[in-house]
Amino acid sequence: MPTDPGARAVLRLRNITKRFGPLTANDAITFDLHEGEVIALLGENGAGKTTLMNILFGHYMADAGDIEVFGHALPPGNPRAALEAGVGMVHQHFTLADNLSVLDNIILGTEPLWRLGTGRAAAWARIEQLSRDFGLAVHPEAKAGALSVGERQRVEILKALYRDARILILDEPTAVLTPQETDDLFATLRKAVARGLSIIFISHKMHEVLAISSRVLVLRHGKLVGEAATADTDRHQLAHLMVGSEIVAPEVGGAAPGAVLLRMREVSTTPVGNAVGLRALSLDLRAGQITGLAGVSGNGQAALADLIAGETVPDSGVFEVAGEGVGAWTPRAALDARIGRIPEDRHRTGTISDFTLSENAVLEAYEKEPFSRRGWFDWTAVDRHTRAIIERYDVRCPGPDARIRLLSGGNMQKLILGRALEAEPKIILAVQPVRGLDIGAVTYVQNRLIEARDAGAAVLLISEDLDEILTLADVIHVISEGRLSPAFARGTKTPAELGVWMAGQGFGEYSHAA
Amino acid sequence: MRLEPVANPGWPRTLGLPALALGGTVAIAMALSLVAGSNPLAVLGLIVKGAVGSKFALLETLNRATPLIFTGLAVAVAFRAKLWNIGAEAQLYMGALLAVVLGTGLLPLPAVLLLPILMLAAIAGGALMLLGPAFLKTRLGVDEVVTTLLLNFVMILFVSMLLEGPLKDPMGMGWPKSERLVAEARLPRIVDGLRLHWGFGLALICALLVWVMQTRTTLGYEIRAVGLNQRAAAFAGIPVTKVVIKTALISGGLAGLAGFSEVAGLKGSLTLDLSPGFGYTGIIVAMLALLNPLGVVVSALFVAGVFVGADSMSRAAAVPTYIADILLATALLLMVLAIMLTRFRVVRG
Repeated sequence: MPTDPGARAVLRLRNITKRFGPLTANDAITFDLHEGEVIALLGENGAGKTTLMNILFGHYMADAGDIEVFGHALPPGNPRAALEAGVGMVHQHFTLADNLSVLDNIILGTEPLWRLGTGRAAAWARIEQLSRDFGLAVHPEAKAGALSVGERQRVEILKALYRDARILILDEPTAVLTPQETDDLFATLRKAVARGLSIIFISHKMHEVLAISSRVLVLRHGKLVGEAATADTDRHQLAHLMVGSEIVAPEVGGAAPGAVLLRMREVSTTPVGNAVGLRALSLDLRAGQITGLAGVSGNGQAALADLIAGETVPDSGVFEVAGEGVGAWTPRAALDARIGRIPEDRHRTGTISDFTLSENAVLEAYEKEPFSRRGWFDWTAVDRHTRAIIERYDVRCPGPDARIRLLSGGNMQKLILGRALEAEPKIILAVQPVRGLDIGAVTYVQNRLIEARDAGAAVLLISEDLDEILTLADVIHVISEGRLSPAFARGTKTPAELGVWMAGQGFGEYSHAA
Repeated sequence: MRLEPVANPGWPRTLGLPALALGGTVAIAMALSLVAGSNPLAVLGLIVKGAVGSKFALLETLNRATPLIFTGLAVAVAFRAKLWNIGAEAQLYMGALLAVVLGTGLLPLPAVLLLPILMLAAIAGGALMLLGPAFLKTRLGVDEVVTTLLLNFVMILFVSMLLEGPLKDPMGMGWPKSERLVAEARLPRIVDGLRLHWGFGLALICALLVWVMQTRTTLGYEIRAVGLNQRAAAFAGIPVTKVVIKTALISGGLAGLAGFSEVAGLKGSLTLDLSPGFGYTGIIVAMLALLNPLGVVVSALFVAGVFVGADSMSRAAAVPTYIADILLATALLLMVLAIMLTRFRVVRG
C-alpha cells in the first residue's frame, strides 16, 4: 500500500519526550500519520513504542512535545479527549469486562447517564453493520469471558470503530494470534484503510510489519532511528536499524538425542480458575535434545510448566523423571531431581526484587552446603558463588550486593540462567526465556541453552514465538487446549502447517499411541 | 502531582527527612500545649525531664520500654514475613497467665529451675496463641488480622473470668487479681535497690538474638524471602507454610515473654491492667523501627520515654497526658510519610 504523498496528515506528533526517572523512554519523537496509511512502529521490547502510544492516548503525560489530531491540539493526559478526537486504541492486554456481553462491552461508556431506555436495538444494528463492513464476526450477545482470544481482539477493534475512531492504534496485536488469525486481522485492517482510517501498528515482528504497513518507523532506546517506505526497505535493513548492530542467528548443530529423562503418559491436571489444564498429555524429553512447545498463549503451556517445575501434581497418568515415578512432587523435589527452571515471569516468580543478587543467586539452593550449615547462613560462600555466576554468565551489575530490581531484564535473566545451570541440571525447563530481552541477551541465552543441550541436558523450550521454536527446537510439539500434537522433527513443518495445529485442528484424527 | 521513585537517595534525604518528621512531631505537640494554655517550651522541657531527667525517671522509662521491646520484636518478626500479628496483646496475657498459674506455688522449685520453666511456659503460651491464626491463614486462607485482633478481646475476657473465679486471690480484698508469685518466681533487680528488673536485660538479649536470627541464619533468609515475595519463594522450593508457622511461634513466644517479664519482674501478680495496650503499641514500636530488631530497642525507649515523660509533665502542667498519644500518633504518621519521601519525590504536573 503506497502512501499518497498528497494525503493530509491526520495526526502530528512533535518532539514527544517522556522520562521515567533516569530512563528516557521517548526522546523528541516527531512524525506524521496520513489519512489511509498504515504506519508500523517497529522496535525491540523496551524501545518505547508502548509508552509513545500511551502518551498519544492520554494514559501518560509527556514531559515535552505536542500532539495534533485533525489539525487540533490534543490536551495531554486525557483519554476521553483522545477518544472524542477519533483515536481508538486496542491494547496489548485486552480491557473487556468478562461478565458483560459483547454488546454491553462495546457500548460501555458511550451511553448517556440519564436516559430512559438504552437504545440497545440501535446499537445492535450498528454493531452488526460494522462487523459486516470490516469482517469482524462476533455475536453481540455472547459473554466476553467466553470468547477466544481472537474474538476478544475483534471486540476491542469493534469498540474503537463504534466510537467513530478514525485513527486506530494496535499495540502488538498479533502476539496472541495464530498465523491464520493474523491473516484475518490484516484483512480487517486493509478494509479499514480502504475506508479512510489511519492505523498505527506496533510490532517487533519484521515479516508482519512488511506485510501490512506502508511506512515503517523504527524506535531504538526511545529515539526514532529510522523511517522508510515499506516498499523501499527489507528485513535485513530493518533488523539492523532496530538493534543497531548485525544480528547473528544462533548456530544450532545437529542433536544427539539420548535417553528419555522425563516421560509423561496421559497426564491430566486440574485447570486452575480460567486457565487450561492438561488433557491426557504424553511427552518425552530426551537427553541432548531441545524440545520446542509451540502454541497460542493460554493453551496449557502454564499448566505443563507448573507441573514440570514442581508447582502442581498430575491428577492422573504416568509422570516419570529419570525412569522413576515421582513421590511427593514439589518445587524442592523438582530441584532435587536436577530440573533447572527458567520461569516465565522473571520479576515475580524467578527473582525476589528486593533481594540482592547474592540472595537471589542462592534462592534455589540456600539450605544446602556450603550456603547453609546447621541452620547458619554462610554469607561468604554465598558471595563467592554469586561472583562466580556474575563472571561466568556475564551479568552486568553494580555488584553482588545490589538489589536485583536495578538490573535490566537481560542481566536478570542471565543470573537466573546461571543459577539454574550452575546446579548442572539434567532437564531444563525454559519458559519464554528470551521474551523482552535485548538482542545481545537473546543470543546469549539461546547459545547457553544450545550448549546445555550439547552437554547432554534435555531442554524443554516453551515459547509463543514460533520463529524462536523453529530456530532452536530439534523436535516440535504444538499444544492446544491442553492437548499435545505429535512430535515433528526439525524442518518437517512450515509455520502455516504448525498454525493449523495451533488453531486446534488435527487433534481429532490423532490419538497418541502411548 | 505524582510520585517518582528516587533511584539513589542521598544522606540529606535518608537522614534529613526522618529528622524533619521528628521536628514536625514536636512542633505539633507544642502547638497543642499552647492551645491547652501552657508554655510550649516548658511542656516540652517537662516531658524530657520526666522521661530522662533523673535516675528515677530514667529507670521508669527503661521499665516501661521493657514490654514494648518484647511486643515490638514480636510484631517486627511477624511483619517481616507479612504475617500480620495484631494479637501481641493476647499473647502477652497468655504468657503472663501461664507464669502466674505455675509460679504461685504449684511448682516448689528453686529460682534457677523455676524461672527458666516459667519463661518457657510463657513462650509456649504466647506461641500457641498465634499458632491457631497461623494455621487458619496457611490452611484456609483466613485473614490473620481479623483472627489475631479478635483473640485479644477473647483473651482479655477469659483472663477477666479467671480473675473473678479460679485465679482470684482469696486475700485480695475482693479485687480481681491473682495471688502473688512466690519469691523464687520473681525476676531479680539488675541493681539492688533500683526499680529495674532483669526483664529489661532479657529484652535486650532477645533483640540481639532476633537480629542474629534474621541476618545470620537460614531461617532468617527464609522469613525475608517469604515476606518479600511468597510466589517466588514457593517457586524456589522454600516451604512457605512451615516458615509462616515458625515465624508465628517466634513472634507469639516473644509476646508471651512480655507477659512473663511484666508479672515476674514488675507487678508480681496478674491483673487486668497488666498491659495498657503494650501489644498494640508494639506495632507502633516495630513500624518506627522499620522492623529492624535493634531499631526496636531504640524506638521502644523513645515511645516509653514519651509516655513516662508525658505522665510526669501532666502532674506539673495543665496539659493532659493524652499529649503522649498524640505525640506518638503524629510521630508514626510523619515517620511513615518521611520514609516514603526518601524513596519517592513529588513531581508537579
